[in-house]
Amino acid sequence: MLREVAIVGAGWSGFRSISPDLSYKEMMYEAAVRAYEDAGIDPRRDVDSFVTVAEDFMEGTSIFDEYTPDQLGGALRPNHTITGDGIHGLAAAVMQILTGQFDLVVVEAHSKASNVLTFPHILAYAMDPVYNRPLAFHPYAIAGMEMRRYLAETATPLEACARVVVKNRANALFNPLAAHGANISVEAVLGSDMVAEPLTRLQCADHADGAIVLVVADGATARALTDRPIWIRGIGWANDTHTLESRPWGEASYAYLAAQMAYRTAGIKSPRAEIDFAEIDDTFAYKELQHLEALGFCRPGEAGLWTLEGGTEINGEFPVNPSGGSLGMGHLLDGSGLARVLEVIFQLRGEAGRHQVKDAEVGMAFAWRGVPTTSGAAVILSN
Amino acid sequence: MARNRVAIVGAGMTKFVRRAQETAKELAWEAASKALESCEMTLADIDAVVIGSAPEAFDGVHMKSEYLSDGCGGWGKPIIRGFVGGGTGVFSAIQGWYHIASGLFDTVLVVCEEKMSSCQPHPQGAFITIFDNITERALGPNLLWIFALEMNAYMTRYGLSKRDIALVAVKNKRNAADHPAALLGDPNITVEDVLNSEVLAWPVQRLDVSPISDGAVAIVMAAEHVARRVTNKPVWVEGVGWNLDTAYWTNRDLSYPTYVEEAARMAYKMAGITEPRKQIHIAEPYDPFDYKELHHLEGLLLFDKGKASEATALGITQRDGDLPVCPSGGLLGVGNPISAAALMKVAELFWQLREEAGARQVPGQPKRGVAQAWGDLMQVGTVIVLGV
Amino acid sequence: MKEHVYDCTYLSEEDFETEQVLFETWVPQARYAWDAGIAIGRYLAELKAGRLVGVHCPSCGRILVPPRMFCQDCFVSTDGFVPLQDTGTVITFSICHIRWDMVRLEHPLIPAVIAIDGASPGMGILHLLGEVDPKAVRIGMRVQAVWKPPEEREGAITDIRYFKPLE
Repeated sequence: MLREVAIVGAGWSGFRSISPDLSYKEMMYEAAVRAYEDAGIDPRRDVDSFVTVAEDFMEGTSIFDEYTPDQLGGALRPNHTITGDGIHGLAAAVMQILTGQFDLVVVEAHSKASNVLTFPHILAYAMDPVYNRPLAFHPYAIAGMEMRRYLAETATPLEACARVVVKNRANALFNPLAAHGANISVEAVLGSDMVAEPLTRLQCADHADGAIVLVVADGATARALTDRPIWIRGIGWANDTHTLESRPWGEASYAYLAAQMAYRTAGIKSPRAEIDFAEIDDTFAYKELQHLEALGFCRPGEAGLWTLEGGTEINGEFPVNPSGGSLGMGHLLDGSGLARVLEVIFQLRGEAGRHQVKDAEVGMAFAWRGVPTTSGAAVILSN
Repeated sequence: MARNRVAIVGAGMTKFVRRAQETAKELAWEAASKALESCEMTLADIDAVVIGSAPEAFDGVHMKSEYLSDGCGGWGKPIIRGFVGGGTGVFSAIQGWYHIASGLFDTVLVVCEEKMSSCQPHPQGAFITIFDNITERALGPNLLWIFALEMNAYMTRYGLSKRDIALVAVKNKRNAADHPAALLGDPNITVEDVLNSEVLAWPVQRLDVSPISDGAVAIVMAAEHVARRVTNKPVWVEGVGWNLDTAYWTNRDLSYPTYVEEAARMAYKMAGITEPRKQIHIAEPYDPFDYKELHHLEGLLLFDKGKASEATALGITQRDGDLPVCPSGGLLGVGNPISAAALMKVAELFWQLREEAGARQVPGQPKRGVAQAWGDLMQVGTVIVLGV
Repeated sequence: MKEHVYDCTYLSEEDFETEQVLFETWVPQARYAWDAGIAIGRYLAELKAGRLVGVHCPSCGRILVPPRMFCQDCFVSTDGFVPLQDTGTVITFSICHIRWDMVRLEHPLIPAVIAIDGASPGMGILHLLGEVDPKAVRIGMRVQAVWKPPEEREGAITDIRYFKPLE
């Protein structure tokens, strides 16, 4: 990349199943105050540009970017919204800094999922209005179809998907920010209510409310602000086709493409050898496995066995979602990607406490925008 | 200056129509294919895609960029959709700029699409949801309120009459008669027509307002080494700026768009423009309502506060005047498929600066132009300066 | 540049209404319960009690309305609620003949931005004017809130029916 880029501050508010005490503005304000304190900056004086992440229908407000600047200290400053995952927002910030025109950019993403009363209807609203919506199925059925195809193509056992849930919710018990930590068994996961066969209730991440704010800087500014910047080594994002009729159902090609771009920009040739741990999307348990393979950390069909052998546990060979992931922390809608990045930052700073990964030097965060999308974004960070 | 120079090398659009048979995806494809064709490129030559589209509520699709992705040529490519309400169209071109100026990409296809007719019984209905969910929406507000409130504040502050302002609608709708994509071009419209049109929300009347439309516009942007290979007439991005003011719009002075001034200053600084009135030859300010063109010309520092209407009356902003303003016909004449309409302004500068605008061509070989869009709760300014 | 314009397919009102083209209809089921939070939560509670409140910024000293937990100019937390009067001055207004869905109204609505007495200069809120001839409304006009009776108030901005001219 043309210029060094680093994260110099991180703040959060949440993460909880409900948050009736705070409006979305107040939640964002809390996260922003923490992030600016962490970075040692005054947003009214120091920040060149603000990037927020939001989708109108999740907020219940059209043109939601209207309501973003004040609580971030961004009024009467350059602000824009990205309708993507938080990592797409981070990509927008990184690009701005790489142009050389901006030195300090703030990125924000949040979830007030608890305020959306008709969540499945909103999700269905993302499907093709002419071809798919009239069939009136729950969008999670797309995940069921994909999971079945993935398991069949890779001969991955159902138990492996359940082990992802067991692992991530157990990891979340050690994470004070996580909303859904629990000790549960493989049998409980597989025996929970069927959502869309073979996907059961406990294999779907529950939602949470929360906000995350990151402060991103060019190399010189980062070094002036802190002696422990978290470097952005590479970033990538990609879409596959949106249509249900012509997408590859077994593999997560968007994850492959996004990762290839991230590796290219980071100069990484061998991801498994050069990256120490990963925080990757686990909106549905099988997605962690499918994404691990698409990101190139193992070959197709290996992720399930690797998980069953314990290779992806916190103390395993390649820790995956030591934070608890979305299954353990709660799914933050398009804030999920920044929740993954937040954990990578904690790990690389050695601040993860009881879920600290040993010798964490390079980490990856990967986000997927959920059904019915084929949209992914990846970022590689180092200390 | 940024390290990498960025140029626009191609542009294409659909006609702007009241109701298109095409789906949103199909409209996006039509514009994208025309833009690629204009510079003899194919999708294989494109590294990344930027999508612009205004509120989801019009198309009735959640996560609209995902739905539009293949129509915009994004299959298997990095896609980002940025969003700043009505400011989105110009902002999408700014995003195209930062994709390439970052050094991560050499070529970007920018596609802005809007299909407002999907929203029934009337697209205006979707606008109630832009107001504050708790403190305003219960009052049953509509979009015309905020325009009318702002227009009244502007007229009162500077002592302007409805007649002063109607001149803008007449100029732009007449200009649009020469635009092959225009919905509402009318070479014979008069000030009386505007003043006698139906009163919607005083001081706003029917012909003060741009028509809702369906349509799409696309441009191809490229890094310098690619641009010089693709065309002998690249149009360079010289400066970009954007700015978003507080959401507490009832606490602001509505008579002057400070956020547009801030965005313009950012863009002018980057472009090395110190005397905009001398250094800018064409302006395409955002004109969803006639008074907005005046408001924005003042925000862009092209006229003193309250003086843009005088300049309009003197003919300075006519196509053959000293500072041609909205030679395209603007939103008032060509139509207002929100994000597409603002990118149309960028495309218009592209054609004007290459002297390819046909019957709309402004005389005197213009070298530099500014396009600007505006949106949200009278809150955001997006500005791009292009030059040859 | 004509060759760069795609001649898309235009439908007339008649094509659509007589179903000459096929289409899918869909009524969104989008429902929300927004958390009002600390600042607006208190604003609504005070409205229910028949009072308007603002907040005080310890940095710039302004009194802001509607209330917010932070001052967006200074980026500091506001430090307390301040009672305001229910009178004010019209900053700007419109006379609106159409409803939000473009249906024509028999009696026009008069939306206005009203600077509230007791708050800092320019601190307006959006509301409606009533008990006034639309032709008589002026910028700078003094107005006062007309409240719903206490038993009808529900903690909403509509607990004020409208503002009317101050005698």
